[in-house]
Amino acid sequence: MEPVLAVTGLRKTFGALRAVDDISFEVRPGEIVGLVGPNGAGKTTTINMILGVLQPTAGGVTIDGVDLARHRSQALAQTNFAATYAPLPGNLSVQQNLRVFGMIYGVAGLTARIEALLAEYDLVSHRATKTGVLSSGEQTRVTLAKAMLNSPKLLLLDEPTASIDPATAQRMRRHIVEAAEKAGAGILWTSHNMYEVAEVCDRVLFMSRGRVLLAGEPAALVAEHKAKSLEALFISVANEALEPQEQAS
Amino acid sequence: MRASATFAIVLRQVFLLRGSPTRLLPMVAWVAIDIVLWGFITRYLGALTGPRVNLVATLLGAVLLWDFLARVMQGVTTAFFEDVWSRNFLNIFATPLTIADYLGGLVITGVCTSLLGLAVMLTLATAAFGLSFLAYGAAMIPFFLVLFVTGISLGVLGAAIVLRLGPASEWLIWPIPSLLSPFAGVFYPLAVLPGWMQAIGHALPPAYVFEGMRAIVAGHPAPAGTLAFAVGLSGLYLLAACWIFARVYRFALRTGLIARYSAESAS
Repeated sequence: MEPVLAVTGLRKTFGALRAVDDISFEVRPGEIVGLVGPNGAGKTTTINMILGVLQPTAGGVTIDGVDLARHRSQALAQTNFAATYAPLPGNLSVQQNLRVFGMIYGVAGLTARIEALLAEYDLVSHRATKTGVLSSGEQTRVTLAKAMLNSPKLLLLDEPTASIDPATAQRMRRHIVEAAEKAGAGILWTSHNMYEVAEVCDRVLFMSRGRVLLAGEPAALVAEHKAKSLEALFISVANEALEPQEQAS
Repeated sequence: MRASATFAIVLRQVFLLRGSPTRLLPMVAWVAIDIVLWGFITRYLGALTGPRVNLVATLLGAVLLWDFLARVMQGVTTAFFEDVWSRNFLNIFATPLTIADYLGGLVITGVCTSLLGLAVMLTLATAAFGLSFLAYGAAMIPFFLVLFVTGISLGVLGAAIVLRLGPASEWLIWPIPSLLSPFAGVFYPLAVLPGWMQAIGHALPPAYVFEGMRAIVAGHPAPAGTLAFAVGLSGLYLLAACWIFARVYRFALRTGLIARYSAESAS
């Protein structure tokens, strides 16, 4: 089965800093891959390159078999994303935001699609409310509804549940997983919540200082490294990766 | 260019106007104030000079045409600034939207909003002060075409500057029409300017519009050759402005500027 996302030898340098250093990985249809690591590890830089808003220094990204660098629009038509740091314009209503982005993605049967997403994400009563006045949890739901508009084959979620309460977060996680399973979409999911990663991800990539240090199934990684939990493994990997830098300074 | 994506950019502005009708006010209020102010100045000067000089056509007509150019430019830049103010670049550019789709949407928005301002200006200037553009005859077509294309070019250039230098550079953009007006000979022939200002003036397509306008008012035929040159020159500037925007956009992709417009506060 062809991967929905293939990242090959991806590198991004800013002057002397190697923000992302020659990473390669794949996401297959229906698979949820967790991209985890400490702050500054290069997760968001990686996601930005996959989203086409940051040009790699080297390497390539293929989305559903389409080379992003050569056929940007075609590749991005199969993608969507949600990130807590990229809220939708607050001065448009929920429905207006979904309509504008639905048209940008060229969604067929847009009105019906919007109605379905409003119902799915419990936003029917907020349809005419300006997005900026919604609570952060409600805004997250709007962003997720936007991310599902074009039924993407590849979904990029950058800390999608960071600003919502645990109960809503669990509901959202379940919802995203079900929607992705139904559509056969692959998901690249970044999070600092290791419980969340262990719950939803089929595979995990540990990044630190721009490199992928570990990769594998969450439970297998924990067992292999004799860690108590994924969080304990995260802390140990993050600290190990930081040691040489700390010694140098 | 995909029609639905371009129309989405326009629709966003329609939604904003519908949600906040006060946004309509700046589109019509300033031009109306300009026409009223200059209308009375024209009337007063007309009383001093007598009927031998057609001040309504030369002075009020010039104000209206220059305001039109400024409105076209501001229509394009304001539509762009909406994405700056709402930190929407990441959402917008991480989509299949192309630069042509995006600029097309900004331009159509600029056309619609400037036509609204033009309608207000024409109604006021005609009804209250007797300005008639019929006096300019068929030359009106190249006049408006040159001003329109130049306004779009300035708008696209302004958007490129703000994309490159960041949101704080917005204040650099608003005064551009005022900065250019002394060189464009809006109210006087280029010949009264010192040599170096004339040289700049000759590089500005609107200068040929105002020279042509004064020639027609003075009873001469419309200078078809120079107007054709101005149309061509404004077309070249439009291509140059789009090229600059595309280059700045590629720079923003290389440096991560687009992502940082949204994510600068993120860890």
